[in-house]
Amino acid sequence: MSNSRREFIKISTLGTAGVALGAKYLYSEVIGDAPLRFPASEGSLRTPTYCEVCFWQCAGWVYKNDSGEIQKITGNDDDPHCNGRFCPRGTGGVGMYHDEDRLKTPLIRTSERGKDTFREATWDEAFDYIAEKLKKIAAEQGPECVALFTHGSGGAHFGHLLKAFGSATISAPSFAQCRGPREVAFITTFGDIIYSPERTDIRDTRCLVLIGSHLGENMHNGQVQEMSDAIDKGATIITVDPRYSTAASKSKYWLPIKPATDIALLLAWINVLIENEWYDKEYVEKYTTGFEQLKAHVQPFTPEWAYGITTIDPNVIRETAREMRNASPAVIVHPGRHVTWYGDDTQRLRGVAILNALLGSWGRRGGFYNPEKMKLPDYPVPPFPKPNRMPQDAYQGKYRLANEVVSNGLCDATIPSVERECNIRAWIVNGTNLMAALPDQQKTIDAINALDLLVVVDTMPVEITGYADVVLPECTYLERYDMIRQSPHREPNIALRMPAARPKYNSKPAWWMAKQLAGKLGLEAWFPWNDLEEVLDWQLKQIGSSLDEMKRMGVKKFPRSYDDLYFAPGEEVTFNTNSGKIELYASDLEAEGFAPMPVYTPHEEPPEGFYRLNYGRAPVHTFSRTANNPNLTDLMDENTLWVNPKVAKLWGLKTGQYVKLKNQDGKVSTFAIKVRVTERIRWDSVYMVHGFGHNNPRLSRAHGRGVNDTELVTRVHVDPVMGGTGMRGNFVTFVTDEPTDGKEAGS
Amino acid sequence: MREEIITSGRMNPHIDPHLEIWHWHIPLYLFLGGLAAGILFFAGLYTILGKEEKFAGAVRRAPVIVPFLLVIGLGALFLDLRHKLYFWQLYTTIKLQSPMSWGAWTLMGITPLSFVWAAIHIREFFPKWKWKFGFLEELEKFFVQQKQVLAWIMVILSVILGIYTGILFSAFNARPLWNTSILGPLFLTSGLSAGAAVIILFSRTHHERISLAKIDVMLIGIELFLIVHMFMGFLASTQVQIDAANLFLGGPYTAPFWGFVVVMGMLLPAVLEFLELRKFKIPVIIPVVLVLFGSLMLRFIIAYAGQMSRWLY
Amino acid sequence: MRYAMAIDTKKCVGCSDCVVACQTENNVPIGYCRDWVVEVTDGTYPQLEIEIRSERCNHCDNSPCVRCCPTGASHYEEGGVVLVTPHKCIGCGACIASCPYDARYSHPDGYVDKCTFCIHRIRKGEQPACVAVCPTKCMYFGDLDDPNSAVSKVLKKRKFKTLIPEAGTQPHVYYLI
Ligand SMILES: Nc1nc2c(c(=O)[nH]1)N[C@H]1C(S)=C(S)[C@@H](COP(=O)(O)OP(=O)(O)OC[C@H]3O[C@@H](n4cnc5c(=O)[nH]c(N)nc54)[C@H](O)[C@@H]3O)O[C@H]1N2
Ligand SMILES: Nc1nc2c(c(=O)[nH]1)N[C@H]1C(S)=C(S)[C@@H](COP(=O)(O)OP(=O)(O)OC[C@H]3O[C@@H](n4cnc5c(=O)[nH]c(N)nc54)[C@H](O)[C@@H]3O)O[C@H]1N2
Ligand code: SF4
Ligand code: SF4
Ligand code: SF4
Ligand code: SF4
Ligand code: SF4
Ligand SMILES: [Mo]
Repeated sequence: MSNSRREFIKISTLGTAGVALGAKYLYSEVIGDAPLRFPASEGSLRTPTYCEVCFWQCAGWVYKNDSGEIQKITGNDDDPHCNGRFCPRGTGGVGMYHDEDRLKTPLIRTSERGKDTFREATWDEAFDYIAEKLKKIAAEQGPECVALFTHGSGGAHFGHLLKAFGSATISAPSFAQCRGPREVAFITTFGDIIYSPERTDIRDTRCLVLIGSHLGENMHNGQVQEMSDAIDKGATIITVDPRYSTAASKSKYWLPIKPATDIALLLAWINVLIENEWYDKEYVEKYTTGFEQLKAHVQPFTPEWAYGITTIDPNVIRETAREMRNASPAVIVHPGRHVTWYGDDTQRLRGVAILNALLGSWGRRGGFYNPEKMKLPDYPVPPFPKPNRMPQDAYQGKYRLANEVVSNGLCDATIPSVERECNIRAWIVNGTNLMAALPDQQKTIDAINALDLLVVVDTMPVEITGYADVVLPECTYLERYDMIRQSPHREPNIALRMPAARPKYNSKPAWWMAKQLAGKLGLEAWFPWNDLEEVLDWQLKQIGSSLDEMKRMGVKKFPRSYDDLYFAPGEEVTFNTNSGKIELYASDLEAEGFAPMPVYTPHEEPPEGFYRLNYGRAPVHTFSRTANNPNLTDLMDENTLWVNPKVAKLWGLKTGQYVKLKNQDGKVSTFAIKVRVTERIRWDSVYMVHGFGHNNPRLSRAHGRGVNDTELVTRVHVDPVMGGTGMRGNFVTFVTDEPTDGKEAGS
Repeated sequence: MREEIITSGRMNPHIDPHLEIWHWHIPLYLFLGGLAAGILFFAGLYTILGKEEKFAGAVRRAPVIVPFLLVIGLGALFLDLRHKLYFWQLYTTIKLQSPMSWGAWTLMGITPLSFVWAAIHIREFFPKWKWKFGFLEELEKFFVQQKQVLAWIMVILSVILGIYTGILFSAFNARPLWNTSILGPLFLTSGLSAGAAVIILFSRTHHERISLAKIDVMLIGIELFLIVHMFMGFLASTQVQIDAANLFLGGPYTAPFWGFVVVMGMLLPAVLEFLELRKFKIPVIIPVVLVLFGSLMLRFIIAYAGQMSRWLY
Repeated sequence: MRYAMAIDTKKCVGCSDCVVACQTENNVPIGYCRDWVVEVTDGTYPQLEIEIRSERCNHCDNSPCVRCCPTGASHYEEGGVVLVTPHKCIGCGACIASCPYDARYSHPDGYVDKCTFCIHRIRKGEQPACVAVCPTKCMYFGDLDDPNSAVSKVLKKRKFKTLIPEAGTQPHVYYLI
């Protein structure tokens, strides 16, 4: 109503002059050309990129409209990661570029940490500030005391800088908060990791078993596409999830497991396969060791035993095991990706690995293929100085099976302690919002408070930038070059990211920052080029391509060096394990003093009046990365709290009502969350999508919307094998006495 | 439990959580249109019947306000348009299936007619009126001669206009509450009743007043009959229409509809007019205002409640 | 020629990519949409069922929106595609009220807008943006009169339904069930 009134006033004030103007407008609008308002034609120039909205890195094309503004992004048909189709987040990636809340210029802190008061600085000032502190730390305690936390493409550039500086203290939350346990479990079992994109041959599988992998909500593109192909081809899908996930709704069998009991189910499945001799005998005999020990180990773990623990009907356990057997070897017991749940995650993933071994799916069509990667030679630079201390020294003696650096281990090593000769004194944080990524926020804050320097490289003003001493604004992936994507797949392939537009504001690409900083630190020798185009062109020419060619193609595929996508029938295979075989009985776990075969240990259950805090993904968001994206917040601007109707009745909760949450340690959520009463969740848990509840007021769309699950994850169950942070052992209750109405100001 | 959600969100402000495309403009426009139709209908009718003298209020006095009603109504309609500069596109086509188009063309005819009618009766109010230009005098003479023809056109167009005010809604199959053929006659009757009430205000003779009061009571009776039928129709129909009827039978519109429209806008004035016929002294203005109020509320409530009723699937 | 779309509710994961792609392809302003995703859950834990539908204008054969439009702005184009011509539209809202599927919205510029079946793309032989982007490939588009079109073939093979058939609009968006 008010709108049309405004309209009217606008029109009536046009007055007589307006009539003339209006007539002209009418003429051009009406008598003039186009009868329909259509978007810019596709003929406009397109530039290649690969997506940075998540770590699947789909390759695509960026289109601009007639006024030169970035208009849309579509998938590259030749790209095996996306097959010409981006996921909603990638399609909405344009919003990252257009977001008016972006970091615009370097910032230097003017008050205490966490207060978010900065002054604008020039790039030169910012680099001088950083370089001075880094030099001081290097002189006093060695360059190893400078750590890099990174997620995403910028890691290559800052990693290069750090190595030149003399530090190997580099870590990503994508290990100890994410994939770590599965990689360790699969190395232990098969001598190789799962990689990203996952080497799962879903396209050709006949049975896909998803254990807490919520594909369809987890939008890792290639897998979602292949799951759909599998549905088309009539594959059986079995989903194990306490929540009725989207994937569960597409499944022939949904096993609504009691949370934290998956190891019992896995043991029972192994038991059924062995007891009924449903395993792939030839495969097991030829490729594995430890079968007899395994057989003896699982003998007591019958489906009836598991029923008492998991609440899954024993007949369903048998039936689903039979489905797997029938499909074998074209069966995938999916290892999942974010698997740091309860602290015994490596052991759970060992159970998954063993099942796959028994079903003979590793190295077989429809199971796990052998990926190959096109490796580009590195641009020639002098050898890096050898660090005196390795990052692993920081958590001496622990997590020796971890094949990557444990981020929370570095966090621990930042907090001064008498046991360590030195602690980490500076962090460079690139493309990871540690306040949302690392559980136990208080520990992260303690570590930050112990730092001499915190540099944050980001595109958005998120929580971690609020703690920074220096904030460096990176331009978005749509405005920059990055290293060539070289990821493993069925066919080796590479993809180019190039700028579609000039960086907005005073933002710069990571490679430029790294090179400038190197200059200030006297490390020019490792950056002997003028710009990244030079590096890329040189690298591409070594493999018979060129930057020009890649600008045209975006993606280039190469033939495999061997025809070894799957094992050949009867092929002799040596696995990269201690025994050279698939280890059903894990010798390296045993050597480290851990159980060589998985055992089920009960986990704590929610206390009276509390509910297990479960979390996951929404298809239109990537963690906190997209929380302020105008295109994507348009579809979902807050998370909701899934509550079972029985629980809702007990507490008098209604859909749409806002509540705060309090966890077992008395931690109350900063903001309130909207209740969604739904049958899709059990009565002992509540569920929310991770990545909301931002408290940085500079995020105009995300601030105060929903609850941040991370702040409620104060209790962490660290996986003793590899240091992963189990985050699903936290319990919350509803705070309904404080009246709240969603978005709150302040704090 | 059944849970139905739009997961992608649909923040379309005109659609969700329920249709909200029309605000006060349309019901006001429909009310004024209906009222104008009512007045012009009686004016035309009594002219044709040759009772101009006995019904001077209806024929000569009340119609003078009609041009104002129509202009205000059209103004409201114009305000409601969201692409105003293009309003003239209405007159580039005649679309028989579109009530909006019908209405636009009917108004195109009836509005000038109402001006003419008012003009030739202007001396009723300003006995010394003189047209400034000679040709206007000529024109007036011409129209006065053709008064019977004008009356016929007026009766026809006013019936169309009256029905149109109801059809505009009932053409919307998509809104179960509006999807009833009774709305056309109901709105026509309501317009006639409002017209009769206004004429009572303008009439100077007891006879005219009594006659129109009788007519009004009868019209109100018809309205009540139509309303009962409308609900019977709804309740005998599909679930969505039962849901629509329930907006008035226990739902959010129960009190306003039965209180304002039926009791205050129909029953009460009917009783008052009836008492007047029985020679009770009732200030004329009271039933008139009540009828007008009821007629206006009827449009408002049907417009708003109709937008709340929808298909569910 | 008779354009139609078939959407497989069994494969759709409700990711809303179709909505985002439509917005960026067609310049749909933030806060509005030409398509949207509905999720219907039935049952009691753990006996549950979900139907997910990507919805948009049904390009009805018998469209009330075309009928009620006073200016002819809403009209049929080739293949039965229902379109709005912005410069003919007066923004009266009649068509919005007339659509049982709530498929239309009032564009901030004043005219009424809705799904065009991406006619600018189909005229070039491309698929509509939402169909082309869908990661689960659960949407099929084509000419019903052509027995070899993707949509004809899938409709021959699968069971399907339309939305609110009782409204008599004869939709041309089919849901595979
Ligand atoms: N749209 C979107 N997609 C993404 C991402 C994103 O941010 N947004 N992030 C990507 C990244 S980095 C990762 S690591 C992946 C993560 O994706 P996944 O590996 O698929 O996700 P998880 O978070 O491990 O699993 C969440 C599911 O586990 C279920 N669950 C909870 N507790 C238990 C339990 O005790 N047992 C079992 N069996 N299930 C349980 C939850 O109900 C939920 O359905 O997603 C990737 N894909
Ligand atoms: N409670 C809880 N904690 C979790 C998870 C969970 O589900 N629940 N998931 C875990 C998992 S699986 C993972 S992988 C991690 C992910 O944790 P993060 O890596 O922290 O995840 P994002 O939110 O994607 O990363 C974020 C930062 O990168 C910035 N960014 C985006 N694009 C660019 C760019 O081009 N350049 C630069 N320099 N910065 C950019 C964003 O603005 C954002 O601040 O979180 C883990 N932590
Ligand atoms: S899966 Fe989606 S967000 Fe991730 S890289 Fe691909 S398109 Fe981008
Ligand atoms: S893009 Fe495809 S899978 Fe995603 S919601 Fe739309 S129709 Fe469903
Ligand atoms: S769905 Fe609605 S807008 Fe589309 S043709 Fe049918 S009635 Fe018209
Ligand atoms: S709003 Fe526009 S398209 Fe809709 S009925 Fe009115 S003139 Fe026609
Ligand atoms: S066909 Fe085109 S206009 Fe219609 S919903 Fe799909 S993308 Fe949008
Ligand atoms: Mo992750």
